[in-house]
Amino acid sequence: MTSDSRLEKILEKGEFAVTSECGPPRGADPEVIKKKGELIKEAVDAINVTDNQTSVVRMSSFSSCVLLKQMGINPVLQMVTRDRNRIAIQSDILGAAALGINNILCLSGDHQKFGDQSTAKNVYDMDSIHLIQTVKQMRDEGKFLGGEELKGVPRFFIGAAANPFADPFESRVVRLAKKVAAGVQFIQTQCIFNLDRFSKWMEQVRDRGLHEKVHILGGVTPMKSVGMANYMKKMVPGMDVPDELIARIKGVDKEKRSEEGIKIAVETIQQLKEIEGVHGVHVMAIEWEEMVPRIAKEAGLLPRPQFE
Amino acid sequence: MVIGEGKPIKDILFMIENYSKIILAGCRGCVTVCSAGGEKEVGILASALRLARQNEGKEIEIKEVSLERQCDPEYLEEIRSFVDEYEAILSIACGAGVQFLAETYKKTPIYPGINTNFIGVTQEQGVWTERCQSCGNCKLHLTGGICPITRCAKSLLNGPCGGSSDGKCEVNPETDCGWQMIYDRLKELGKLDQMEVIIPINDWTTSRDGGPRKIVREDLKL
Repeated sequence: MTSDSRLEKILEKGEFAVTSECGPPRGADPEVIKKKGELIKEAVDAINVTDNQTSVVRMSSFSSCVLLKQMGINPVLQMVTRDRNRIAIQSDILGAAALGINNILCLSGDHQKFGDQSTAKNVYDMDSIHLIQTVKQMRDEGKFLGGEELKGVPRFFIGAAANPFADPFESRVVRLAKKVAAGVQFIQTQCIFNLDRFSKWMEQVRDRGLHEKVHILGGVTPMKSVGMANYMKKMVPGMDVPDELIARIKGVDKEKRSEEGIKIAVETIQQLKEIEGVHGVHVMAIEWEEMVPRIAKEAGLLPRPQFE
Repeated sequence: MVIGEGKPIKDILFMIENYSKIILAGCRGCVTVCSAGGEKEVGILASALRLARQNEGKEIEIKEVSLERQCDPEYLEEIRSFVDEYEAILSIACGAGVQFLAETYKKTPIYPGINTNFIGVTQEQGVWTERCQSCGNCKLHLTGGICPITRCAKSLLNGPCGGSSDGKCEVNPETDCGWQMIYDRLKELGKLDQMEVIIPINDWTTSRDGGPRKIVREDLKL
């Protein structure tokens, strides 16, 4: 074990892991994140907190993770390199470790153009692969990027994202290989709606033996409506929503469409469980967190394993 | 070359509203090639300013000049003999030229008539695109001759990110994904193995982050 992370323990024991995520509020009220945490905590092994996703300013992932930690939840600190240089990044890594956070998801982040602060300057002192290297170096070598020694190392379980649906397709597994070489231990993928393409990517992952070096958690998002499916298909870059999936949701009565979305999510999880090298799922129920326990239950993922 | 673009005329009129006698200084270097600040643009801008001021009932005298280059001290001397007869200089050279004029003529206020945008190329007639952010540490040998710092909206050294879609950048559907271009080029060159190499975290001291940069060539100094 490289950390005290419950998620790491689950994966190292060979259990099929379940993670989910909470988007922090656009305000200072701590109850919002606590309420979301309360809704899903029994159904998952760890909960990610997004870091100003789509570049819309929200409560920090760091403080939201602390709020979840205080509730006995194992949080995953998402950290983007868009807003912090290497000084702030290393400082936040130390602070998060000191407050008992032991999972980190290393991301480059959505460009500021998408958010509510589109006139901002981005940082990108480093990219997500450098962030993986940074956390690993601090943890395993006990050294800052500048080479100076740390007094007290941050013990993190290191994660990153992968998007098998972005282009060029052949480069996606290459980028995963680079993340693995950099020291990543778990991967949460972009939402999987196109299982064929995901399976092809997993084939490439296995061909390179990467599935034995990193735990891959497949991303699953339930569709609430045809509108949401269309929005994700057209508006979210790097998202692959097949027409057949939209047609399937459209094919049922309007009031039953969200039910169909849940059903599709459950089926996706069941299929992911059968793919060699997939070690868990990451359920992203966007502003629909209350559905996570139901999805986990119907997919046969409950109860979650407990440790002393 | 350095690519610039004229400022809106109302912004320029606001800057010079209190002057009645100015020098409008163009540059025969880069900004002539990109049609932002050459002799031709000096003529057009001077006419437009005169006309606008005439309409306001506040006539202005404009001395039109085009210096060989505003980034070389010897050419800045071209206006020394008459600079004191004018209240201000409006320069339509790049930001370097504007500043060099200001350093040279300390008593005369200097105003910028163009925005300096980037180091780029003439993509086609009337279209210029960026190629270099002058980071001071060229990596083009690693990336098939395509700069990730300039061409990737996030300046990722190990892309493409998850927002690359059909060859386009998530930031703008009209912008090519820099890393898709790098991938395609390396593939064409039979050097895809280069994609597997982690380009290490960058040393930005050679970039703007190290403060204003300076190059001294002892072999050339007089």
